Amino acid sequence: MSVEFSFLLVQALSGLASASSLFIIASGLTLVFGVTRIVNFAHGSFYMLGAYVAVTIVPWLLQIERSPTLFFVGVLISACVVGVLGVLMEILLLRRIYKVPELFQLLATFGVVLMVQDAVLHIWGPVDIAGPRAPGLRHGVMILDQRFPAYELFLICAGPVVLGLLWLLMHKTRFGVLLRAATRDRDMVGALGVNQALLFTGTLFLGAFLAGLGGALQIPRVSASAQMDLSIITEAFVVTVIGGMGSIGGAFLAALLIGQLQAFGVLIFPKITLVLVFLLMALVLVVKPWGLLGRPEAAPVSAMPEGIASPRRFRAFEKLLLVLALLVAAMLPLFGDAYAVKVATEVLIFALAAFSLNFLVGNGGIVSFGHAAYFGLGAYASGLLVTKLGMPMEPALIAAPLAGGFFAALFGFFIVRLQGIYLAMLTLAFAQIAYAVCFQWVEVTGGDNGIVGVWPAPWVASRIAYHYLVLVVAVLGIFALRHVIYAPFGASLRAARDSAARAEAIGIDVRAHRWLGFTIAGAAAGLAGGLYAFSKGSIDPTLLGIPLSVDFLAMILLGGMQSVMGPVLGAAAFHSIKDVFMPLTDHWRFFLGASIIALVLIFPRGLGGAYASLRARFAGGAP
Amino acid sequence: MGSIFLGRRALLAGGAGLAAAAAGRGAAAQGAPIRIGELNSYSRMAAFCIPYRNAIQMAAEQINAAGGVMGGRRLEFIFRDDGATPGDAVRVAEELLTRENVAFIAGTFLSNVGLAVADFANQRKRLFFATEPLSDAITMAQGNRYTWRLRPSTFMQTRMLVEAARGRPQRRWAIVAPNYEYGQSAAANFKRLIGSAIPGAEIIAEQYPALGRIDAGATVGALSQARPDAIFNVLFGPDLTAFVREGNTRGLFERRFVLSLLTGEPEYMIPLGDETPEGWVVTGYPWDQVEGAEHRAFVEAYRARFNDTPRKGSLLGYVTVQVLANMLNRANSLDNEVLVDTLRDLRTDTLVGNVTMRGIDHQGTMGTWVGETTQRNGQGIMRNARYADGSDYMFPEEEVRAARRA
Repeated sequence: MSVEFSFLLVQALSGLASASSLFIIASGLTLVFGVTRIVNFAHGSFYMLGAYVAVTIVPWLLQIERSPTLFFVGVLISACVVGVLGVLMEILLLRRIYKVPELFQLLATFGVVLMVQDAVLHIWGPVDIAGPRAPGLRHGVMILDQRFPAYELFLICAGPVVLGLLWLLMHKTRFGVLLRAATRDRDMVGALGVNQALLFTGTLFLGAFLAGLGGALQIPRVSASAQMDLSIITEAFVVTVIGGMGSIGGAFLAALLIGQLQAFGVLIFPKITLVLVFLLMALVLVVKPWGLLGRPEAAPVSAMPEGIASPRRFRAFEKLLLVLALLVAAMLPLFGDAYAVKVATEVLIFALAAFSLNFLVGNGGIVSFGHAAYFGLGAYASGLLVTKLGMPMEPALIAAPLAGGFFAALFGFFIVRLQGIYLAMLTLAFAQIAYAVCFQWVEVTGGDNGIVGVWPAPWVASRIAYHYLVLVVAVLGIFALRHVIYAPFGASLRAARDSAARAEAIGIDVRAHRWLGFTIAGAAAGLAGGLYAFSKGSIDPTLLGIPLSVDFLAMILLGGMQSVMGPVLGAAAFHSIKDVFMPLTDHWRFFLGASIIALVLIFPRGLGGAYASLRARFAGGAP
Repeated sequence: MGSIFLGRRALLAGGAGLAAAAAGRGAAAQGAPIRIGELNSYSRMAAFCIPYRNAIQMAAEQINAAGGVMGGRRLEFIFRDDGATPGDAVRVAEELLTRENVAFIAGTFLSNVGLAVADFANQRKRLFFATEPLSDAITMAQGNRYTWRLRPSTFMQTRMLVEAARGRPQRRWAIVAPNYEYGQSAAANFKRLIGSAIPGAEIIAEQYPALGRIDAGATVGALSQARPDAIFNVLFGPDLTAFVREGNTRGLFERRFVLSLLTGEPEYMIPLGDETPEGWVVTGYPWDQVEGAEHRAFVEAYRARFNDTPRKGSLLGYVTVQVLANMLNRANSLDNEVLVDTLRDLRTDTLVGNVTMRGIDHQGTMGTWVGETTQRNGQGIMRNARYADGSDYMFPEEEVRAARRA
């Protein structure tokens, strides 16, 4: 079949239209990150709110008169409304936590995501809402012999217009100059007497405005639905990272690239859209560690400037606490009901996974957004060995950390060469690629249905027996990792985190240390994944998914990533909160999000940090 | 906070236990309520699941007002969100069985969640009444003694559409389906069946956009380039709206015959509004056209109670309760082994007529409506709709035997 020129042209135009839409959203994200260093998960929620506000007020305006002007007035009003919501989030939430580690703000925005999802369902109801088409742009335009939507021609122009306006703003106004200055060196801008609070508020308005605009402009094409936020946020992140965080021009370039790849990719690989953008991101980051147009960070600081400082040994009181906690876990089957045992088993598994993540984040300064990949791959290794090869549980369980460690070593080889947020996004990319393989390779992995029948061996088939198995394995795993943190290897990782140059100077091979650290953490996560698979009886791709990675991050942040045992506490707290609110059925995500935000505000250093300052107060020493 | 909830749960569990003990001693008339655990993706799939829950509550109230089941016991549903992931769902199922002391469990929407809960139920030897997940695997390759499904499966609904296309002149087909199990297996079923309905039919293009994130422009472009005579569509929800709008503007559907799964269900038809295409052959639920006094009463009651029109989910929820109530009355026991045996070939008179839970594959014969799309007052509706009884479209028995033996 010959491919005509007119078709290629129209397909390229489709790609341009998608690219334009993507750029408008991503430009806001990259702006906010550049100035505030906040990884704003709630950006997708602003996009969704933009669409919902627009499908509410645009039809109302069009009743006055069906004119294109009123349509676009409505779109702009919607974007402004969302901008104001962004300002509210800045004033009510983010402003209170600028002083805490930057990663912690990610957790706060994640809480906002959960709350907005249920708020949208509550306000607009569960049915998707289709917005009106733009008056005057409903029709198709003949391009050679192909019909192409007029509205998409408009969208193709809208992207460059936004780019131009942003350029003018950044280069011709004082606000823009300050934005650029803050992107380069935030502290210097503050030292020069610029009102940072106002600057940040302004940035959040602009960022949310652009997200809202992106959402509002989509209403003639897609219906407003409660899943819009998550479907856009990863893609927007990918665009900003490929372009270089903080670079608006880079975001434009990246959006163009992704738009065209998508438009032509579906012709050759119709199933590729699942993974294409992540493949591209992995490729770009391996070749260009700062994205296409990004600059290396001025000072070599990671995305997370603090973690475990100097780990303290347990004092007598803490040893007592530890023994008590172990006793409670061990005696639980005696006084708790069957379900309490089940929940405790899961908490133990998540504690091991969270501990292994904090081994990377808190101790190594390696922020992973894709830690669930190794958890999931461990689960798949166990599950596949049991169901496909008929292997008994015990060897299959041993295979779990091997698989997690193997893939962590494989991916980690590329990952540990990067820094900060780029490193984090590469972990995400590899996690998504692994997810896509598990999802797509139906013959082996069972696709998205996964595989069932992964049940434990008869001797641990009962809930209580399995609980003891998990207790022993997880506690041993956690103490082994803890031992590594206190060992010279752990200290070397901390040295590499705090100053790679100095660590190199005293003879530490930073990259090799980080690589090995990544592998160890992956193996521990894999072990947790194997335990999880046998406790659920099934494996499926959600075990490698972004939501689970975010859950792990939430656990270590709640627990306090600067404390060694904090993640265990965080896993218990997070899982218990979820378990308390889920049975409420409606709006459980709202309450989960609200309690995360409350915890962020009350314990800005996590539960472990709160404990440390409490201890310091009683001991009379410095924390 | 945790302790408060623990207290409430313990209280409930204890209360239920006491009541069950009381009921065991005799006196059937004022027995304890029969608790059924219902888990579903109420947050994630709210458009379908909330009307479904509404109807379950309404049906249970009607049955209780009329004297309950099993000689006067009240039906009581305990609803839970399954978190839309297998991991969460299995924990929730465990909670329902151990803490809430439900007699058995029902529900789930997503196929992977349904399959995981089905295997869990098999492991625990408790009845799982899978109401919504469409995956063929639930009743075929991964079917088990304790899992039963009511809603017509992907295979059945695809077969209904293919039958509706029998004898059509269109030979060159394009498929567009969401890239996950439901879409993939609908496409596979279609490829398998279309040749028998239209001799010489061939598939000339396939598109599998990721669920919830279709790039409609690129997808429509790729499909029109292949110049098919007809399209088999499996997209639904936000993907469908985006696809239809793009296709309308670009003229993809002009002079093309379209078969489309689920598009006639109000959940997915309402958002299409005045963009609803003309003349697509779809499966769905034309609630305003269904004949029969009982169904009309259901619509009246639903509208009066919830100030909304019923959805496909509502119908399914109501029929679920009818089948479960019949099962309980027949079994007159909460022993799950007895319940499972009672379900085998159980016939129930429901809103949609007779529904039998076929014993060989545990699949209900509930059907759905097949008709053409059209518009009335800027809203999509179905015309010439007829009820396709599920019993005519089930998997052949020898195929079931082969699949379930393995």
